[in-house]
Amino acid sequence: MTLGEIKKSLLAAAWFMFLTFPIMVIKVNTIQKTVEWHWERLLYVAVGGFVFSFLWRYFLRRKQGGRRPAAPVETDEPEAVPAFQRLIHDRRFAMPALVVLGLFVLVFPYLFSMYQVNIMTTALIYVVTGLGLNVVVGVAGLLHLGYAAFYAVGAYTYALLNLHFGVSFWLALPIGAALGSVFAVILGFPVLRLRGDYLAIVTLGFGEIIRLVLENWNDFSYGPSGIANIPRPKFFWFDFSLEQSAVFIYFLMLAMVLLTVFVTNRLKDSRIGRAWIALREDEVACQAMGIDIARTKLSAFVMGSAWAGMAGVVFAAKTTFINPASFTLWESIVILCIVVLGGMGSILGVILGALVLILLPEYLRAFSEYRMLIFGVVLVVMMVFRPGGILSEVRRTYLFKEGLSKDGSLS
Amino acid sequence: MQPILEIRNLCMDFGGLRAIDTLDLHIGQGEIVALIGPNGAGKTTVFNCLTGIYKPSGGEMLARSPKTGEARRLNGLKPNQVTENGLARTFQNIRLFGSMTVLENIMIGRHCRTSAGISGAIVRNRATREEEKRIVQDSYDVLKKIGLARYVNEYAKNLPYGAQRRLEIARAMATDPFLLLLDEPAAGMNPQETDELNELIIGIREEAGITIFLIEHDMKLVMSLSDRIYVVDYGKKIAEGRPEEIKRNPAVIKAYLGEEVDA
Amino acid sequence: MEYFIELFFSGLTRGSIYALIALGYTMVYGIIQLINFAHGEIYMIGAFTALIVTGVLTYYGWPHLAIILIAAVLAIFYSAAYGWTMERIAYKPLRDAPRLSALISAIGASLFLQNYVLLAQTSDFLPFPSLISDFAFLDPVSNLFGTTDFLIYTTTGVVMALLTFLIKFTRVGKAMRATAQDRHMAMLVGIDVNRIISITFIIGSATAAIGGVLIASHVGQINFFIGFIAGIKAFVAAVLGGIGSLPGAVLGSLVLGWTEAFFTGYVSSDYEDVCAFVILVIILIFRPSGLLGRSGVQKV
Ligand SMILES: Nc1ncnc2c1ncn2[C@@H]1O[C@H](COP(=O)(O)OP(=O)(O)O)[C@@H](O)[C@H]1O
Ligand SMILES: [Mg+2]
Repeated sequence: MTLGEIKKSLLAAAWFMFLTFPIMVIKVNTIQKTVEWHWERLLYVAVGGFVFSFLWRYFLRRKQGGRRPAAPVETDEPEAVPAFQRLIHDRRFAMPALVVLGLFVLVFPYLFSMYQVNIMTTALIYVVTGLGLNVVVGVAGLLHLGYAAFYAVGAYTYALLNLHFGVSFWLALPIGAALGSVFAVILGFPVLRLRGDYLAIVTLGFGEIIRLVLENWNDFSYGPSGIANIPRPKFFWFDFSLEQSAVFIYFLMLAMVLLTVFVTNRLKDSRIGRAWIALREDEVACQAMGIDIARTKLSAFVMGSAWAGMAGVVFAAKTTFINPASFTLWESIVILCIVVLGGMGSILGVILGALVLILLPEYLRAFSEYRMLIFGVVLVVMMVFRPGGILSEVRRTYLFKEGLSKDGSLS
Repeated sequence: MQPILEIRNLCMDFGGLRAIDTLDLHIGQGEIVALIGPNGAGKTTVFNCLTGIYKPSGGEMLARSPKTGEARRLNGLKPNQVTENGLARTFQNIRLFGSMTVLENIMIGRHCRTSAGISGAIVRNRATREEEKRIVQDSYDVLKKIGLARYVNEYAKNLPYGAQRRLEIARAMATDPFLLLLDEPAAGMNPQETDELNELIIGIREEAGITIFLIEHDMKLVMSLSDRIYVVDYGKKIAEGRPEEIKRNPAVIKAYLGEEVDA
Repeated sequence: MEYFIELFFSGLTRGSIYALIALGYTMVYGIIQLINFAHGEIYMIGAFTALIVTGVLTYYGWPHLAIILIAAVLAIFYSAAYGWTMERIAYKPLRDAPRLSALISAIGASLFLQNYVLLAQTSDFLPFPSLISDFAFLDPVSNLFGTTDFLIYTTTGVVMALLTFLIKFTRVGKAMRATAQDRHMAMLVGIDVNRIISITFIIGSATAAIGGVLIASHVGQINFFIGFIAGIKAFVAAVLGGIGSLPGAVLGSLVLGWTEAFFTGYVSSDYEDVCAFVILVIILIFRPSGLLGRSGVQKV
């Protein structure tokens, strides 16, 4: 911590005080012609700006390998596999941990209140949507900003089919997934040829179109007032009490998470999955290596959307009431945050990301006001310092009988 | 014998710039042919047209598979279709899949010769498992052939520069091409690596019977490897012939005047 | 016919405002090929700064003309400062990162700025005082357009002319064009690329602030969310005109403004915002280089 560093941080703090002065300090009321001054906020900005600037430059230096090694020599930081990651890949640790976690998850609804169970179910829904979006954004590298629209497709599929034709939850589940895929093909076919950033805007636009249609087409979707009294899922002919139903949906979601993990994991380790990753890494090289990128993109897009459709059906069944306000752009961005924070492409990371981002604001009520602000910071900071997410993806290593005997360095 | 690659009257315009001007060129089975010329002469653009990355403004490109003897027009094909037809390339500015392992890079090359789909991946039925095993084995064999076996599970981005260039060649080889397009494979290599590359390229031709079309600035390498050389300048062909002829050609000497001949 | 003319001018006003935002979008995109999602937020911050300055100065009883001038100048200045800072923090460290990273960072910046204003100020719509008295010489045409409309048209025209001059004829403009074409090459010939990118952000943000002030006084109310949808539409306009092209940004904005005006006037006002997105999808499918854009080939 040199003097020069402190000077730079002080300068940055002064700049932030100056920058935020009008918006932070002054509140005007143009009707009553009053002005409020909040000078104390300037102090927060000063302290915050100083710390931020200091940390920012420290981490930036560390990331760039640091010409001036301020930190104790830390070579190749990004390459070294973090201790936590080594742990989870160590079977001796992973197996017992998995068993304990499994037991906890199974008894969870019997230990905690219904309120907690509902929150956990919500978090699990986000895990599923996060894993679905992870296929599109994290694995295949297609920035999809209209994900909530596909979620809406699923939710409205169940609500409307049930309302008009009495279709049951179980039948709606595959229909929701199928409709999600159909919409993905309709949208994806023309737009997936576009460069990545155009794709982001078009998907965003598509998401907004779906929402606006749901909001304005009253005859079809019942407009902003939405659809209420959507039945909860039944298990054969059992009639659940409210509480039992919550527990049932919890387990249902748990099963869905397992299914999603299973499927996405298998996909990642497959011919198609590799093509998705190659697509993310370098589109031109990918195509030059004989991969039909249009088809590959479409398959990732459809896969992810099918999952959103399915999660949407469960969402409708859980809340029993849906309206377009649940499917705004912010919903898409929250899911994107989960993928980015967790680690693009990493399944475990996305699960952790969903739990952190959904549960934390639930339990830290004081801080829930700042939720979106913090999400914004998370996106920027993660991109600048750890684009791989908290748990970056570890690529699989392949073993060879032959290779082992010939070359000792192989493991 | 009929050529396996034929380019007639190829033209490529970028706005007002004519990067390739009525180029004629042909390559026979088993040849090593070099395309040389000063920087910005349009060499890479020729590769980009051949491999479907650019749409040429005019001309014809034909490829004839030596196995089937069938001729195929390359104009209008997408890059992946060109590769499926048996032309594979490397890039001047290395374009590996950095965060995939070396082996996975090669496995991508096998993509167009295999077929497992999404349902296969999820169910992992017998056919998919066997195919996957075959992909791994074939890819590993390619690695061994190119001499990169000791790097199998490294991330591609962590490889030394020379090895990255070789990996690009290996990845292209994995697509089972009959014609390999190498864009400045020796760029940035030290003399020893260049010598090894020389042997590698000859090996590819002799053992695998693959025809080679290469762009290169290292004149020593070009002269020792090539059966024939084409020289372009400002998009126009200014000479063609065997290495000895090219060395003595006044037009070539003039185009290269002021350019380092063996940069 | 009268209705048609009315819609024509309302579309012209809309389009001119989109143009002020789209100009900055297109400049930034041209130079670093990044959709600056937070550009709309800069515009919102310009409007807020103007509102706050106006409120304070009105409270202390300053004369109208002085208030207008100071508010406009400070709004422009602060927006430029925010744009510059944002570029330093959220984009500069990602210069050589994959495009996806920079884009996500931009979304983060946008989300942050929105919520920053929301938390520091309010989520309610704030009435924006109308300080500009009607120009007497516009009386004969006052049934067609008002004074703020007139100001919007002229400002947009002037700003576009100034920017075109800047890009075409000044040293900085030349350096911008060089950087836009090939950043590494520009660096090699001795252009301070970081400085040029900073300047681009500053100019783009200042332009957006002008738009912010004008629309705030035109619509008469603002909130923290106005930037987002305006930003997206301006982006659509920039793409429609051909991204990277200044005249294209203006043309695209006008086309979008008129489309929206006529669509809401003659068809339905429920789907106003759908217009822009539908246009975007159509243009990207049939003419991705836009109306005035050159169709470039991605260099490999
Ligand atoms: N996508 C493109 N857009 C515009 N100009 C291009 C493009 N690709 C290549 N060029 C131009 O075409 C010419 C030939 O380039 P290239 O084929 O890369 O030369 P080289 O012989 O060094 O490989 C150069 O002037 C280059 O600037
Ligand atoms: Mg070249």
